[in-house]
Amino acid sequence: MSGFDFDVIQRSWVYLFREGMSFTLTLTALAMTGGIVFGTLLAMMRLSSMKPASMLAGAYVNLMRSIPLVLVIFWFFFLVPYIGAWVIGAKEPIKVGAFWSAAITFTLFEAAYYCEIMRAGIQSIPRGQVWSGYALGLDYWQTMARIVLPQAFRNMLPVLLTQTIILFQDTSLVYVISATDFLGAAAKVANRDYRLVEMYSFVAVVYFVVSYGLSTLIRRLQERIAIIR
Amino acid sequence: MNYNWHWQVLLETEPGGTGSYLHYLIVGLGWTLATALAAWVIALAIGALIGTLRTTPLKWVVRAGNLYVEVFRNVPLIVQMFLWFFVVPELLPQALGDWIKQMPPPWGSYVPAVLCLGIFTSVRVAEQVRAGINSLPRGQRMAGIAMGLTETQTYRYVILPQAFRIILPPLTSEFMNIIKNSSVALTIGLLELTGRARAMQEFSFRVFEAFTAATVIYLLTNLIVVLAMRALERKVRVPGLIAAGGAPQAGH
Repeated sequence: MSGFDFDVIQRSWVYLFREGMSFTLTLTALAMTGGIVFGTLLAMMRLSSMKPASMLAGAYVNLMRSIPLVLVIFWFFFLVPYIGAWVIGAKEPIKVGAFWSAAITFTLFEAAYYCEIMRAGIQSIPRGQVWSGYALGLDYWQTMARIVLPQAFRNMLPVLLTQTIILFQDTSLVYVISATDFLGAAAKVANRDYRLVEMYSFVAVVYFVVSYGLSTLIRRLQERIAIIR
Repeated sequence: MNYNWHWQVLLETEPGGTGSYLHYLIVGLGWTLATALAAWVIALAIGALIGTLRTTPLKWVVRAGNLYVEVFRNVPLIVQMFLWFFVVPELLPQALGDWIKQMPPPWGSYVPAVLCLGIFTSVRVAEQVRAGINSLPRGQRMAGIAMGLTETQTYRYVILPQAFRIILPPLTSEFMNIIKNSSVALTIGLLELTGRARAMQEFSFRVFEAFTAATVIYLLTNLIVVLAMRALERKVRVPGLIAAGGAPQAGH
């Protein structure tokens, strides 16, 4: 440890946080929001009595959960330009930056995991609640939006947030498409200055502090939520 | 979407000349499984040990176990991969570090990948083991002591055999996770299945054929693992103790 060069961290930390961490956090926030919305819709489809809808959602979730995230990142990195071209009707695949490619990938991938959480959440609500919703004259969407989902979210909040910490850690895999997230930025400095030991140790410490801090907060939240129910 | 599929590419010879691209990918699956299985041995051994220790009444042992779990759970896998590959050889004594760095490929990537994945997964196994032990009624432990068994014997003959049967389904999903997570080893140069699909895409320019083939291989592997583990669950089931099909998964 004698040769540990703290200077390289002092020189680069502003860059690491301004370029890298902001990428990581924006990506996490976008994918969390999109993933929870899409995942909730998937969960509603999986639990729906319409066979084709539940089968389609089930197949999607199982497919996403069976293949490695790295492979999914590669898939979408090459697929999104084609889908984009198809959507806007262009002849050639359009150009999509690493950020948007990653945002779409993580939204669609994490939706499969959020879906399973929301499914458990929806199933934790007694069926009588749904029936009383219908008995009051609410339709399916009203019952879901006003009775079932608010309770399901509340029950599942700690798990949803824990999944978000996993998402925060998983975004570091955008390294494989050379995006400049927190790890990517550190890798660039590490290779430029040949300071791999210092930079990767620093990255590990920062990820640990953030993830551990957040999971401690979630544990506190869990204790508070668990009492009222 | 106007993409011209060209499936024959799978039968064309890959640039290394070792055989067709399909063969190249299958060898990749071999490396994926070799990495996952070796790491799984480490994960089970350490995970079972740490998970059990965390249920003992020894305060400091429990604290040390918690520290281990928190450290390896809160750092992303790819960062841990880099730590094992780039950082650990530098921190070891010079001769040992140099020996590690000069290991011929693919062992130079394989060994750190196995250590990294094994320890990363051991944390999750430890959590499952602890949950399994804690899910048993307290009376089991008391009955063991009352029968005159020592603490160690109680664990060996009463608690662990039941706990492991309970956590078999979550362990199955951890094993599937380790297969999937081994793809992260491509970042330190291990040419496993995903790494080879990526290499095939670069050599042949057939993007979607390469990734579709890899996806199908992963799906088949998963299917085989699920079937094998179901068979194992049936085989080790104690009649009347645990319902057929195993306990319901703890949701998340």
